Amino acid sequence: MSTIVAPAPIAAQAFKSDYKPIWCPGCGDYAVLSSISKAFAMLELRPENIAVVSGIGCSSRIPAYTNCYGFHGVHGRALAAGTGLKIARPDLTVMVASGDGDGYSIGGNHFLHACRRNVDLTYLVMDNHVYGMTKGQPSPTTEPDWDSKLSPGGTGLRTFHPLVIALAAGANFVARAFSGNPNGTAEIIADAIRTPGFSFVEILSPCVTFRPEQRDWKNQVRPAPVAPTDDPARAARRIMTDDGFNIGVLYKGGRKPYQPAINKGAKHSADLEAEFTI
Amino acid sequence: MSTGKRRKTSVRKGRAPRAARVQYRKKAAGKPKPASRSDFLASAWSMEVEAAERYATFADAMDEHNNREVAELFRKLARIEQLHADQLLEEDLSRRPPILPPGGVRWEGGEGPETAAPGELHYRMQPYHALQIALACEKRANKFFADFASSATDARVRKAAREMAAEEAEHARLIEDWLKRIPPPDEDWQHDPDPPVVAD
Repeated sequence: MSTIVAPAPIAAQAFKSDYKPIWCPGCGDYAVLSSISKAFAMLELRPENIAVVSGIGCSSRIPAYTNCYGFHGVHGRALAAGTGLKIARPDLTVMVASGDGDGYSIGGNHFLHACRRNVDLTYLVMDNHVYGMTKGQPSPTTEPDWDSKLSPGGTGLRTFHPLVIALAAGANFVARAFSGNPNGTAEIIADAIRTPGFSFVEILSPCVTFRPEQRDWKNQVRPAPVAPTDDPARAARRIMTDDGFNIGVLYKGGRKPYQPAINKGAKHSADLEAEFTI
Repeated sequence: MSTGKRRKTSVRKGRAPRAARVQYRKKAAGKPKPASRSDFLASAWSMEVEAAERYATFADAMDEHNNREVAELFRKLARIEQLHADQLLEEDLSRRPPILPPGGVRWEGGEGPETAAPGELHYRMQPYHALQIALACEKRANKFFADFASSATDARVRKAAREMAAEEAEHARLIEDWLKRIPPPDEDWQHDPDPPVVAD
């Protein structure tokens, strides 16, 4: 008689693929990749039960660097793909990865409604306050007075405030992490995955090429001075009044995730394909 | 953008033999509190492996940006750390392979003391800078083990920690000697005549 033995947990390194990342040396996204793989290992997940979905940008290269299922989608639409995947395959752990341009500008509308829907997935945004892949244009989180060749004198535009917007739109878990502390970030990501519903983690991830001054973020970040709250109004006040460098879980609610019943009578994909044939 | 090539890091190739691979079991999260000599050595082994993995990542990053000299140096540093980890496995942990919590050791203050910080690279850095990073890592590791030795209650753990501290001090001394043989970079080493910024 055979015995069923639970598979041994997988070490963090084994969640990384054999593709070498091509981010700039010193980029925070290397450490985020390390944090993601550590979080998966901490939770004793298995690569075949995880899907990493992304849009476009430096950070969105991340699915290729993991051994999990991956989907490198179109610009700003990572959350739409991730939401559909989770609805269709609730058994999978779905992680969606974006940058501040992909997630807050091109994908801004999807961001709002993903928070509102509260589907059980984890959304990581690697925020470096710049479009890095396209060579340094200001993004929604760029400071209004950031002077560059492409924005002489600064844009003068008010910055987007993703955490408080996520909260207002209904995200069930809101946290800020820093890539320079990979293990701390791994703990936050693990907490985000564990928490049911839409979990949003903004990760400050320096762009050392176009925003070299962000190397100093390591001296500016600090643990959030208060424990996470389940009161959205209190969390919003805290987030609105901090300087953007408080690290930790800032809000953890108890909203029930949105998960419609799966239609058992759904058509086979070939039948659907036939319906769309011209 | 992507080269599409599948390549493995040298550390993965240089891993310990399968029989000696780490086993995992659940442990409470928190800072590592090795109570026995074997637990202490498991943490030390993990520290070396983490350091090797980070250097290998650095080497890959520098390779991708055609800084071959620094890439090769980081690869060498990764091999040295991995060798140290393998020695610990063969000499001290062969009868009882290390047992770590899922996700690895939860180091107080973030990462292992010997692991280089992730954001320390620059695409124009020179071997001198890489060795300075390595020197700082060895010094941190030396301090970690020395502090551990002074506070450990178990005599065998104390002895092992003192030995590890001495080894790390020796590594630091070797890197200092190495640094003496390498010319320091010019003041404007970061200057790039063709910087990665869109021209007007």
